[in-house]
Parts: sequence; structure tokens; C-alpha cells
Amino acid sequence: MSFGAAVSKAADMKELETSLREARRRRRKETLIERFFFLNGLMAILILGGIFALLFIKAYPAFAELGILQFFAGAVWNPTSYSIPRYGILSLIVSSLMVTLGALIIAVPLGVGCAAFISEMASKRFKEILKPAIEILAAIPSVVVGFLGIVLVNPIISKLFGVSHGLNALNGSILLAIMALPTIVSLSEDALRAVPQTYKEASLALGANRWQTLVRVSIPSALSGIIASIMLGMGRAIGETMTVLMATGNAPALTFNFLEAIQTMTATIAIELGEVPYNTTHYYALFVIGFVLFVMTFVVNLISDVILQKYQEVER
Amino acid sequence: MSKKFTERLGFALLAACAVLVLLFLGIILFDIFSKGIGVISWNFLSQPPKQGMTEGGIFPAILGTFLVSIITVAFAVPLGMFAAVYLHEYARPGRTTRMIRLAIRNLSGVPSIVYGLFGVVLFVQLMHLGTSILSAGLTLGLLTLPWTITACEEALKTVPKAYREGALALGATKWHAIRTNVLPYAIPGMLTGVILGLARAAGETAPILFTGAAFFLPHLPGSIFDQFMALPYHLYILATQHHDIAKVRPIAYGTALVLLGLILLLSFSAIWLRYRYRQGLKG
Repeated sequence: MSFGAAVSKAADMKELETSLREARRRRRKETLIERFFFLNGLMAILILGGIFALLFIKAYPAFAELGILQFFAGAVWNPTSYSIPRYGILSLIVSSLMVTLGALIIAVPLGVGCAAFISEMASKRFKEILKPAIEILAAIPSVVVGFLGIVLVNPIISKLFGVSHGLNALNGSILLAIMALPTIVSLSEDALRAVPQTYKEASLALGANRWQTLVRVSIPSALSGIIASIMLGMGRAIGETMTVLMATGNAPALTFNFLEAIQTMTATIAIELGEVPYNTTHYYALFVIGFVLFVMTFVVNLISDVILQKYQEVER
Repeated sequence: MSKKFTERLGFALLAACAVLVLLFLGIILFDIFSKGIGVISWNFLSQPPKQGMTEGGIFPAILGTFLVSIITVAFAVPLGMFAAVYLHEYARPGRTTRMIRLAIRNLSGVPSIVYGLFGVVLFVQLMHLGTSILSAGLTLGLLTLPWTITACEEALKTVPKAYREGALALGATKWHAIRTNVLPYAIPGMLTGVILGLARAAGETAPILFTGAAFFLPHLPGSIFDQFMALPYHLYILATQHHDIAKVRPIAYGTALVLLGLILLLSFSAIWLRYRYRQGLKG
């Protein structure tokens, strides 16, 4: 090998080495960047876990001091009593479930009906009015809805049923129905739209009319999606705070009468957390309510999620 | 009952459902607008409440909502954007990715009051940020995060695969391709989602109840560590907590109108932006 060739080979080697080093550096940088994004992705799990952990940590002292039975077996919530403070959350849970049930009784037929109307019979023009209208309805803040519960629904209920004032479970149910409607309508409509056209055509070809096709073919095929939408609406309703706080009268008592004032779990937290000193029994007890509320909505959301995922798999 | 008649009746009922839903919206908008518009004036928007909130305006509440929104956006947008980039560009299908998606969907269903509790413990107590604009903004940021992630991912989905492949074929690294050929085209779509998230955050009351919103403040907040007044909380107070509720009802209506107007303005501008952006992609 001549001297010149050796030199040029050495230079080549050196060049190769630097470019290799450069490539390695780039790869390291890429890995670092990917890790950075991965950490951000993990954030959602961290936050969900963090909410669970912190609520539990703050609820635990109350469980330890008072025992679990005190909370779930007692119907009386009166933590500020001078003689014996009582921490029964049964009436609060019943109240929350009651307004939620009431809301669903109103919102489910209305929401599914509206969804069926949009997907099966509305003209294109009407659809273009309805869909944004539902988006706007979803955007109205809960505090505004609660305000209307006081100024609009309240006098109507008191006149209609002859009660002294209309701030009660019925009022809360009506307002929560309005708040749950957009979720139920838009997701049910998605589910109905996903029913294959061939199903409907087959039904029509067999001589069924459009109504029979809707009731016996389209809705049963979309049922899992519709149920998921109802579960999501239900999760919204249980966790809704401002509307029920403003419109249900806030009297913590165990009742099943829709015309009586009630106090939900969410309203209790909203009213009392601002007034109790940090890290007292009462403070911890409010976190017990928060923890129970979180677990309830978590389960409801999880069920609707499982239904939705399954149903999307079937569609594919 | 003939089949024909059942069909007619059934469809009439469905139409009634749709009309009823429209009616709900119509009543809400009409009532707030017709009773609130008379109160709105420049003074109402630019003056603080006076005489125990029975007179004057709502400027501190508008300012407070604005300041909190800035914190919310500054916190939730980068985090949401990065998470979306991970999920759409880097994540491989598998257990971790499934768990992340499950967590995001579940977070969006966590009640806002629970975020409030979480915010009190994490930001006010553990991080010693006090009841402040910062604590409230961060709490609302957490609340909007799942929506922001979802919206940003939707935006990334609209960027054609070929954009990425073109850059990769020319020897660009993955990050380089994302930075130059994906993000710039996804930004308008992300912006739409961010504005919609902001509209929701601005109307939330429960998460700020204990993290920084104040009943009444004689001074405007001087820093992000101060308490603040906020539009939704102000409306709540005027509607339920004030000692002379009948007298402040018009102001409550005015506040409701300003809040609703703000949120509808944000929502419409997002929808308009989305429309413009889609037109742009087509052309």
C-alpha cells in the first residue's frame, strides 16, 4: 500500500468514525425525546392514581377514628352538632342517586328519541340546526343552569304541585336531565349511525315500515352504544355539583319524596369544605364523601367504557 | 291500531323530543339574554361591585376569570400536547398505551368537585401555594387535561401519513419529522380544542370554590398568589348567598349573561376556526 493510499484510508476511517459518533449522538437524542413524550403520556395515569391516593389518604383518618359503619349505616349527617356530631352519609348517597334516577327518567327517552330523530328522519337542514344546538347546550356552565333552576323552574314547581318552594329533588332532576342530554343525544346518535345500512335495508325489504325498522332493528343493534351513553350521562349527573347545590334546597334528610328538599354528596362537600379548618375530623369526613363519589363515578365510567370498547370491536 | 298510524305517531313523538330539546336551549338563552341585557353597560363591565354588591359592576370577576384561564392554558396545553404527541406518534399498541387511554377517558368523567378536593390537598396544602389564582388555575388545568389531550390527538390524526413518511424518507429523524412536518399542520386543530377546553374551564365553579375564589375582594389581585373573584362563583353568590337576593337579581342576570356570552363567544370562535381550517386543508 502506498503512503498516499494509507493516508486517505486513515482519513476515511476517521470520517466514518465521526459520522458513526454523530449517528449515535442523534439516536441518543431521539431516545431522550421519546422518553420525554412518554413521561407526558404517563401523566394521565399518574393524575388518576394521585387523585385516588390523596383522597384515600385524607379520608383514612376519618375511617380510623369513626369506623366505616358510622358512615355507611348512619342516615344522619350532622357534623357540626354540639352534642354528638353524626357522620352518616347514607342520606347523601340516597339523595345523589335519587336526583340521578330522576334525571335519567327524563333524559333517556328524550335523549334517545332526539338521537333517533337526528339519525333516522331529520332533513339535512334540520340536522344542521340540531347538532350545533346540542353542542351549545353542552357548553352552558352548570352554575347558569342552577341559576335558572332558582329563577325559572322553582316557581313553576311550587305553583304546579302546591308546595311552599320548588327547590327540591324534582328541580334538581330536571336540571340534571338538561345537563345529561347532550351526552346521551350525541353518543346515542353515533351508535345509531353506526348500525350498518344493510340491516335497515333488509328489514325494509321484508316489508317492515320505517318505525318497525327503527324499534326492532336499529335500536336493538345500537343498544350497547345507547346504554354506554346513558351510563356516561349518569356519571355526569352523579358528579354534578353546582346545579344540585343551587336547586335542591340542601336539607340533609333521608327521603324518597321528590318534592322534598335534599342534599347530595357533591353539595355537601361544596357547602362545608370552605368552612371547616384543614385536617379536622369533619374535614376528613368530607374526603370520605369525595372518595365514595370518586369510586362511584369511576365504576360507572369504567362500565360504560367496557361496553363502548366491546361494541366498537364488534363493529369492526 | 294500524301499522301506518303507529308509524306516524312514533315519528311525531321523536320529532317532539327534538323540538323539546331545542326548546330547552331556546328558553335558557332567551331568559338570560332578555333579562340580562338591560344591566349590561360599560360601567357594569369596568367597575367593581359597590354597596355590598347591590350596585356597580363585575370587573374584578371578569379579570379573575381571565387570569385563572391564563394559568389553566399555560399548564394544560403543553402537557396535553406532549401527551398527545406521545400517544399518536410514539406509542406502540400494548398494555401501557391501553392503560393510558383508559386513564384519560376516566379522568374526563371525574366529577369537578373531586378535582376541587384534589386541588386543595395537592396545591394548597402539600405544595403550599395557598388559596390563589395559581392553585385554582392548576386545578382547572388538571380538569381540562383529558379534553386537551383528546383534542390535540384528533388534530394530529388529521395530518396525512405521507407528510411524516416524506420527511423520514429524506433521512430526517422521527422527532425532526414531527417537528417540521406534523406539528405545524396540527396546530390550528389543536388550537380549536384548546379554546373549547378553555370555554369549559371558564364556566367551572366547583373546582375553584376552595382553591382560590373569593366572595368579595376590595382590591384587584396583585400577583398569582392572591385570591380572586370569578364570574361563575360571583353568579353563585349573587343567586344564593347574598343577603338581599331579590335586589341583586338583575345583577345576577347580567353576570350570567356575561359568563354565557364569554363561553359562547369562545365556542363559536373555535367552531369557526375549525371550519376555516378544514376549508384550508381541502384547498
